[in-house]
Amino acid sequence: MEERCYHCGADCDETIKLEEKFFCCDGCKLVFQLLDENGMCQYYDLTNMPGMSAKGKYTSEKFNYLDSEAIQDQLIQFKSVDQSHVVFYLPQIHCVSCVWLLENLSKINPGVIHSQTQFEKKEIKIIYKPSVISLKELVQLLAFVGYEPMIHLGGNDWMKKKKVNRKQLLKIGIAGFCFSNIMMLSFPDYLSANIEELGTLRPFFIYLNLLLSLPVLFYSAKDFFISAYTGLRQKWLNIDAPIALAILVTFGRSVYEIITQTGSGYLDSMSGIVFFMLIGRWFQDKSYDSFSFDRDYTSFFPLGVTAMEDGKEINKPLSKIEKGEMLLVRSDEMIPADSIVLTDGALVDYSFVTGENAPIEVPKGATLFAGGIQKGRAIQLEVVKSVGQSYITELWNSPILKTEKNTEKSFVHPWSQYFTIVLFGIAICSGLYWWAVDPHKILPAVTSVLIVACPCSLLLTVTFTYGNVLRHLGKSKMYCKNASVLEAIEKIDTIVFDKTGTLTNHEDTHLEYLGAELSLEERIAIKSVTRESLHPLSQLITQYFNSINILKAVDTIQNFVGKGTQAQIGSAEILIGSRSFLKMMGVAVNSDIVGSSVFLAINGTFKGVFKVNHIYRPGVGEMTQHLKSQGYKLYLLSGDHATEKINLHNLLGSDITMLFEQSPDDKLKYIQELQNQGHKVMMVGDGLNDAGALQKSDVGIAVTDQTHLFTPASDAILEGSMIQKLHHLMDYAKKGKLVIIFIFILSLIYNVVGMYFATRAQLSPMVAAILMPISSISIVSLSALLTFLFSSSLKSKN
Amino acid sequence: MSVIVLLIAVSVLVASGFLIAFLWSVKSGQMDDDYTPSIRMLFDDEVKDIKQSPNKKITN
Repeated sequence: MEERCYHCGADCDETIKLEEKFFCCDGCKLVFQLLDENGMCQYYDLTNMPGMSAKGKYTSEKFNYLDSEAIQDQLIQFKSVDQSHVVFYLPQIHCVSCVWLLENLSKINPGVIHSQTQFEKKEIKIIYKPSVISLKELVQLLAFVGYEPMIHLGGNDWMKKKKVNRKQLLKIGIAGFCFSNIMMLSFPDYLSANIEELGTLRPFFIYLNLLLSLPVLFYSAKDFFISAYTGLRQKWLNIDAPIALAILVTFGRSVYEIITQTGSGYLDSMSGIVFFMLIGRWFQDKSYDSFSFDRDYTSFFPLGVTAMEDGKEINKPLSKIEKGEMLLVRSDEMIPADSIVLTDGALVDYSFVTGENAPIEVPKGATLFAGGIQKGRAIQLEVVKSVGQSYITELWNSPILKTEKNTEKSFVHPWSQYFTIVLFGIAICSGLYWWAVDPHKILPAVTSVLIVACPCSLLLTVTFTYGNVLRHLGKSKMYCKNASVLEAIEKIDTIVFDKTGTLTNHEDTHLEYLGAELSLEERIAIKSVTRESLHPLSQLITQYFNSINILKAVDTIQNFVGKGTQAQIGSAEILIGSRSFLKMMGVAVNSDIVGSSVFLAINGTFKGVFKVNHIYRPGVGEMTQHLKSQGYKLYLLSGDHATEKINLHNLLGSDITMLFEQSPDDKLKYIQELQNQGHKVMMVGDGLNDAGALQKSDVGIAVTDQTHLFTPASDAILEGSMIQKLHHLMDYAKKGKLVIIFIFILSLIYNVVGMYFATRAQLSPMVAAILMPISSISIVSLSALLTFLFSSSLKSKN
Repeated sequence: MSVIVLLIAVSVLVASGFLIAFLWSVKSGQMDDDYTPSIRMLFDDEVKDIKQSPNKKITN
């Protein structure tokens, strides 16, 4: 029977067992034991199999750099003799159990005084006693239970930036308070036909209203005035200008009416629109706390590295690393700067930098590039370029990226400009009319027009609709940076895809055997040999022969680093490795297969090739067909070899321009080229090799399989499994504008009704007070309804 | 009629009380995280752990 690991839910055989519970590895079992000893099994009660797989993840040396004072000072927020405060970003937080475990850390280690998580930001704040547990031990504890903090250079700066905008909440709260009280105090005015009935109470009500409106005008509405003023100074009429004008005119006229005792003013309407508009802005800006869209290369690199000085290991902050220094890079660590390998065994995974899938073996003395990840054993390096000047980091200093990203102004602003012009036209016309008919009514009529026709309904429509669209896209696992991304998507006509990691899945590779049929005996022999090696390709072959359970003892085995393996099993001599290795051993290879592949020869005769195939994400082909039929021009830029070209043609169609072996710089320049031709380009990619292109493009979409992993700077983050729905998502993003246009037409009708009263100089405060909330509330609910209806069609297509 | 003045004064005062409570809660950071507290309140108290451990001994 198939068993699942009690801790992390991975499939496992029944070898590791404890109290009727199965575990996939000793790591998971150890975590369980630790929790069990401390009476913390509630972790497993709250959610089924909540743990993170502990398989091969945990190495204690990894955090040695945390012993360095300089690094500690960067991380610790508050420090005293008996307690320190530190905040970590833990991307693994995903369920109730996580929160529970992390908030009960003090039960495992008494050095932890208090720990508090923020689920949506995936952060934990820990207060601990430095005398009992060091920062390094604390991080080790977190890593051990499966929550390894993401600690990166500059990584803690963006954490500070993400503070909740408390001021905005305060403004909303105050506006809401004042609005509701003014409304209440204005009620007698609306209802009593005979104002005299109220007697002395009326001035009391009115002056109290005036008092209450002051905080709205001077505090809550402050942003509108500031924005309008900065816009006007740049000789540009933005949407906030007519709104600020409307607020000022409303307030001015109200004060005039109150002082001259001719009426009670429109203070209720004024505070109402401010309140609703503030809510709209807050709603639209409520973005994704746990994502960061503005990372540069520093976020990808480790905070500290192990340097070798006089044969001793010293932990140093990365920023202090200079040319000529010796570094020690352990398995699964990142190469921090361009350097020369001094020892054997460098096996580097450059998938992040170049898009190449398979790790590359690098001989002693060759150059390694920053950004690669060492997959073999620990190696020593000599740094030849400082971190900031390395190949991959230099990309960020490229002058092409220095130019500001397209900051086209939203279509809302020109609309509001027309709106303002028409508005002034009407105001002047009604002023002229009353000048001829009854000059006393000029001022009431003109001010009424300005009060009624404030473009606040346009602003409300836009903020609420975009807010809704962003949230619905988020539910479909596309996370946009802000609302202007939606407008940028609408203008796109060209889409450029990356291959590795974008169209293919990073983790899944599929091995295919091409060649002469292998007998069972031979297969057993091959598996027996490959399982002796830790080379990733050997491990793939071992997996390929999953069904074989019998293994033979290997008589002799010899590994040629970077080439292959020679082994003797019984009477069979097995040669497995690269093409040049087989040639070197005197085997004639008759195969034209290129790309990542392993060649096999038994007893001196060439047998066949194990070819590593990329697995394309399901639905990619249909997605591109849909995009093509919608009129987009598609391109594919890959850092990989052209070996996949035929497969890609079959999958995506031959009418797509494909370019291979593109360096990060090539990609960036290609995007620029397309833009120079007048195209609006969307780049869909992942990894550092696309980072430049993502930033240069009009809309950069970073594709990732785990949204918590570091993604390069981009405008939107898309979960890998959803790339097949890209056309639906883009379609939906565009519908936002449709909804806005529709609702805006509706709100114009309200304006016409209000205008009818206003131009006749008959706008009573009551009509204004009724029109304002009706239009606001109907706009908000209609926007929610329409965006929801469109999104349900998005889901059914899923 | 003057009783209405008093009532309104009281009502505005009460409302201000709530406003001040809101302002205080925002300033003290209670609105910074609007999700985790909803999870946290579901956790059982320590008491359950004590109950749980004898149970476990029986099953063992």
